[in-house]
Amino acid sequence: MGKVIGERVLRKEDTRFLTGKGRYTDDLNRPNQAYAYVLRSPMAHAKIASIDTEDAKQADGVLAVLTGKDHADAGFGGLPCGWLIHNKDGSPMHEPPHPSLVADRVRHVGDNVAVVIAETKAQAKAAAQMIMVDYEELPVVPDITAAIADGAPKVWDDTPVGNRCYDWHIGEKDPTDAAFAKAKHVVSIDLVNQRLIPNAMEPRAAIGEYDPSTDDHTLWTTSQNPHLIRLLIGAFTMQIPEHKLRIIAPDVGGGFGSKIYHYAEEVLVLWASKVVGRPVKWTAERSESFITDAHGRDHISHAELAIDDKGKFLGLRVSTKANMGAYLSTFASAVPTYLYGTLLSGVYVIPAIYAEVEAVFTNTTAVDAYRGAGRPEATYLLERLVTKAARELGIDEVELRRRNVIQPDQFPYQTPVALEYDVGEFEKCLDVALEQVDYANFEKRREEAKSRGMLRGIGMSLYVEACGLAPSALAGAIGARAGLYESGTIRVNPTGNVTVFTGTHSHGQGHETTFAQLVADQLGIPVESVEVKHGDTSNTAFGMGSYGSRSLPVGGSALWKAGEKIIAKGRKIAAHILEASVDDVEFVDGEFRVKGTDKKMLFAEVAFSAYVPHNYPLEELEPGLEESAFYDPKNFTFPGGCHVVEVEIDPETGVTKVVDVAVADDVGKVINPMIVDGQIHGGLAQGIGQALLEHAKYDEQGQLLTGSYMTYTMPRAADFPFFKVGNHVTHCTHNPLGSKGCGEVGAIGVPPAVINAVINALEPEGVTDIEMPATPERVWRALNEAKKA
Amino acid sequence: MPTIKLTVNAKPVTMEVEARTLLVDLIREHLKLTGTHVGCDTSQCGACVVMVGGQSVKSCSMLAVEADGQDVTTIEGMAKNGELHPLQKAFHENHGLQCGFCTPGVVISASDLLKKNPSPDEGQIREWLEGNICRCTGYHNIVKAVQQCADEMKGGA
Repeated sequence: MGKVIGERVLRKEDTRFLTGKGRYTDDLNRPNQAYAYVLRSPMAHAKIASIDTEDAKQADGVLAVLTGKDHADAGFGGLPCGWLIHNKDGSPMHEPPHPSLVADRVRHVGDNVAVVIAETKAQAKAAAQMIMVDYEELPVVPDITAAIADGAPKVWDDTPVGNRCYDWHIGEKDPTDAAFAKAKHVVSIDLVNQRLIPNAMEPRAAIGEYDPSTDDHTLWTTSQNPHLIRLLIGAFTMQIPEHKLRIIAPDVGGGFGSKIYHYAEEVLVLWASKVVGRPVKWTAERSESFITDAHGRDHISHAELAIDDKGKFLGLRVSTKANMGAYLSTFASAVPTYLYGTLLSGVYVIPAIYAEVEAVFTNTTAVDAYRGAGRPEATYLLERLVTKAARELGIDEVELRRRNVIQPDQFPYQTPVALEYDVGEFEKCLDVALEQVDYANFEKRREEAKSRGMLRGIGMSLYVEACGLAPSALAGAIGARAGLYESGTIRVNPTGNVTVFTGTHSHGQGHETTFAQLVADQLGIPVESVEVKHGDTSNTAFGMGSYGSRSLPVGGSALWKAGEKIIAKGRKIAAHILEASVDDVEFVDGEFRVKGTDKKMLFAEVAFSAYVPHNYPLEELEPGLEESAFYDPKNFTFPGGCHVVEVEIDPETGVTKVVDVAVADDVGKVINPMIVDGQIHGGLAQGIGQALLEHAKYDEQGQLLTGSYMTYTMPRAADFPFFKVGNHVTHCTHNPLGSKGCGEVGAIGVPPAVINAVINALEPEGVTDIEMPATPERVWRALNEAKKA
Repeated sequence: MPTIKLTVNAKPVTMEVEARTLLVDLIREHLKLTGTHVGCDTSQCGACVVMVGGQSVKSCSMLAVEADGQDVTTIEGMAKNGELHPLQKAFHENHGLQCGFCTPGVVISASDLLKKNPSPDEGQIREWLEGNICRCTGYHNIVKAVQQCADEMKGGA
């Protein structure tokens, strides 16, 4: 018992998942439950001239059919956006309405037109096909290029400028222009960070249940943040008071960002359950997930790096266009701004930075945070640019990075784009990763590959990310409409075992184990004596959920604070019983000891005394042993590291094989290295997926061409080698754990490393650029075009 | 409606089903064995893999009536007498699962591999799992778990 922080403790949650006893939302069924099916727009942009629901209402098993008009009549609010961005001139961004069912106009394929409630899922689906919708087609804006074109059709008639949502900037323009004026070299790059679909393996689902006898509403939903959903339903969409609304996010099968947001179906099942007087369940089919789950990325950027005659960076200028989709999803507006622009200094000393971001509406599914959210886009831009600069200047890319990387003695390091990094030793991460991949002997491997007719390349990236979201006051000052603290409660039961409640949510991250280790270590009790509860607003005070790699640095810190309160109270109880001064009682290895004596009490004895207070300081201390804490972070945390990738390309087919991935990450203090490595593996797979395989592609009519697993290339086991996961740890300086967060690092660091490796492999053949995903077709075409040239 | 008789996790089942009922719906909706999951609608993801007549099958791609007379094993039937199957144990020990949604299908699929090829190399394991999509693990620890299980089962044989 006792010291278990840093131990490879096997996961508590595994048994239920391995034996088929997990309880995901679609596994749950409520008595007398009915089923919902949502009729969605097949058009990307059209006026709804009329809707006829009469036949559907008469169909077998149908209990109700609700349309956008019913939604408007019910007085519901729209799905809100949680982050207000201001334009360069100080005016607010354009925020269009986002009703859960639209009444007059559809704006993307998959837009919600009507919902059918029936006795069975099949009946609801069949009846939905009987709804007659008369669509009048409107011109479609399928992508960023179309959205910003002169005379482009408008997704929203009232956007003041074109299809612009906002026009934002960060950094200082004049000093940056001055840096470019004195630069010896200017290296520029044009990049597309393509649209992705998060694709958690569990499709979204929701069950709404209304009890008229108590006026209680319960929603089971596939959410990463049940309290946030309660807040948004309570304050915005349905105005159900929070004490009458319980949100349960049971076992959730992955999220990666896509299950942060408040979705229309959560409103629809709660509303429908009130209408039909029965619980109502909705489960997405995968093809619905593709067109309704928030997508990720989708940037087009131009960037320029100014460099002096010694290879030192002087300035960075960035212009990015970001696609919001048709509506603003819950955190969409923050992603290409405060989660992106603020990271453009990367791990480097860049004295002057100026970045402009124009966000636009298109007739596509809403885009929001997906694993990394803004930070992968910033890292991709910077690390592609640095490698390109090394090539153009004729400096080794490792050397160019060493010349410019922030040195350990420069921390805390204030970047020109608002963030102050507290700590990091990025160059050490570079050393560890290069050592792991045996960088020194790469050219030999290239030669050996060449002898087999293969093109071998190596690529790297250094990255830093801001996570542990977020200091509430700072977040509020830059437009966040929520606080970003976390809560934790430690309930010590009378016999000394412990129930822990966290406002974060685990959907694969293993909090039931990691947080148990944390609390067990602090209280000196066995991990088995700690049970972690999450995902139910009725048992946890509050919480902002899990995203942005915040659960441990923020949620774990809240639990640590609660644990300190438990120990402080325990010392008072022990002091009374042991007849000592509180100042003389110390808590060591799970025991309250009176300094300088052999008098002591076990943690469990103190707990028992708290609940059976026969000999207890009742005049000054309440019985019981349960403490809560809220923790509001003082700063972001800054995980960082180095990712190195080797690829081999078959020039005949254009197929790229990832043959080696060596990473060295600094995620701060590690509680469970097994779980951290697992998080890094998963992030790497998604990052390599972006680099080589995945692309959410629309045609000119706004139809999603990659709308199923037949066409959207999900990474498979054979796409990867084993990953070499190393680390070089520094501790976060401003939270009690020293932890920084690990959930996103893989997806942030690796895409530019892969593409740099692909270009490195193709360079001898005359290829100097390739877009993500570097599919066999793209690689083959690039090789053949280079041959022609 | 046709009546079918089959064995599910060593228990006899006789029931009337609509002819169009998919095996996965029989398992999840009628038998309430919710460990078998539905992750897609195109037979790609493999979350619904079960054993039918000793073969791993995507139960979303088979009608319940086709399983008439067959022996079906779902994830709930893998552990015997309270003891985890060696693969379940290996997945636990190697952190071969995160959110757990794809896990039942992956475990059943891997058990079929080890039956057909008790000593698969890394490449064979990765190729075999082509029909199982996992979004959490990057497959790293899944492959490690299958390797460990293969080694242990060899050691025990």
